[in-house]
Amino acid sequence: MDVEREHDQTYQAAEVQRLANGLDPRGRGLGMWAFVAHRITGIGLVVYLLLHLLVLSVLAQGPHGWDSFVALARTPVFLVLDVVLIAGTLIHGLNGVRVALTGMGFGLRHQRPALVALTIVAAIALVYAAHRIFTS
Amino acid sequence: MSWHLTFRVFRYRQDGVSPRFDVFAVEVQPGEYVIDAIERIWAEQDRSLVFRQACHHGACGSCGMRINGHEKLPCSIAIRSITTDGGTLTLEPLRNLPVISDLLVDMAPFYERMERVHFTPVRTAEPILDEASGTPAPQPSPVLRFEDCLECGLCFSACPISGTDPEYLGPAALAAIARMILEPRRGVDIDGLRRLADGEHGCWRCHTAFECSEVCPTGVDPARSIAALRRQMAGDGLGRLFRRWR
Repeated sequence: MDVEREHDQTYQAAEVQRLANGLDPRGRGLGMWAFVAHRITGIGLVVYLLLHLLVLSVLAQGPHGWDSFVALARTPVFLVLDVVLIAGTLIHGLNGVRVALTGMGFGLRHQRPALVALTIVAAIALVYAAHRIFTS
Repeated sequence: MSWHLTFRVFRYRQDGVSPRFDVFAVEVQPGEYVIDAIERIWAEQDRSLVFRQACHHGACGSCGMRINGHEKLPCSIAIRSITTDGGTLTLEPLRNLPVISDLLVDMAPFYERMERVHFTPVRTAEPILDEASGTPAPQPSPVLRFEDCLECGLCFSACPISGTDPEYLGPAALAAIARMILEPRRGVDIDGLRRLADGEHGCWRCHTAFECSEVCPTGVDPARSIAALRRQMAGDGLGRLFRRWR
């Protein structure tokens, strides 16, 4: 391997590392935490949508296939996944409202308190939703 | 009383060897600034350490780097404000700009953006109005004013979008456009700047992580400027839409 190529590879590895560090919110401001949480929940919701469409294809197998799936979906593991899904939806949706407002200049000075307040709202809604999921 | 600190310093040479961290033990006075310790490392322990510095008082913005993961000007950060005796400071170059060596990055991509938006750090100020009469007060010569932006690149390094879109104008250039629109300079095509800000790599690429405003050493608050640009662009767009309907 010639020196130039080796240099390119080490340099690219360093660049990838630096990029990864750039998405690491540890030690950074609340806004950066919200930014990363928004990306993670966004990807999670897209994956869920694809899985959801895949699951709906079970309908094509007729009532028996669907009833089997519903029985599986009522198991505790799936109910926990439901709670995770609701958590992701709440975080992404509520932070989306904050981003839409602050991105247009509304409430810029209050973006940190707004994030804290929306996180509390999300937590309360999540606890309520989890209670309903596991008790109904 | 002296403090004994450990400095982990990012080292990189364009010679094919992987980047690494070198560790230096440094005795400092807590009231000293981080740049003092870096210069002592260079002077007393390793003359090959590459970094950039000039004014030593936060006016030139040339020494920007990451200290414990945060974009800072080491000439403006007192050691006692970020660590204690026996502490460790990790020094790394700015992100989103090519590393030339060690702590030195190539600022050209950043400066090119600032030139592209015709940012002038020094401008001739508008006349000062006399409070009583409301008319321009007599002044012996044109007054020069300095913009707050040092062009240090800290915001460009902290911005997560600058790291993912190589063409993104970045917080400083967008804040500069906002300033130019607010106070147009002679010979600058403001409509062209508006189009640039409204373009694919302009203000709409910002994802409001607010890191630019968090790290700005002079309070430029680029996030606020970007939001102001967006409001303006959205208003202009809606205006055009309504005019078309009428």
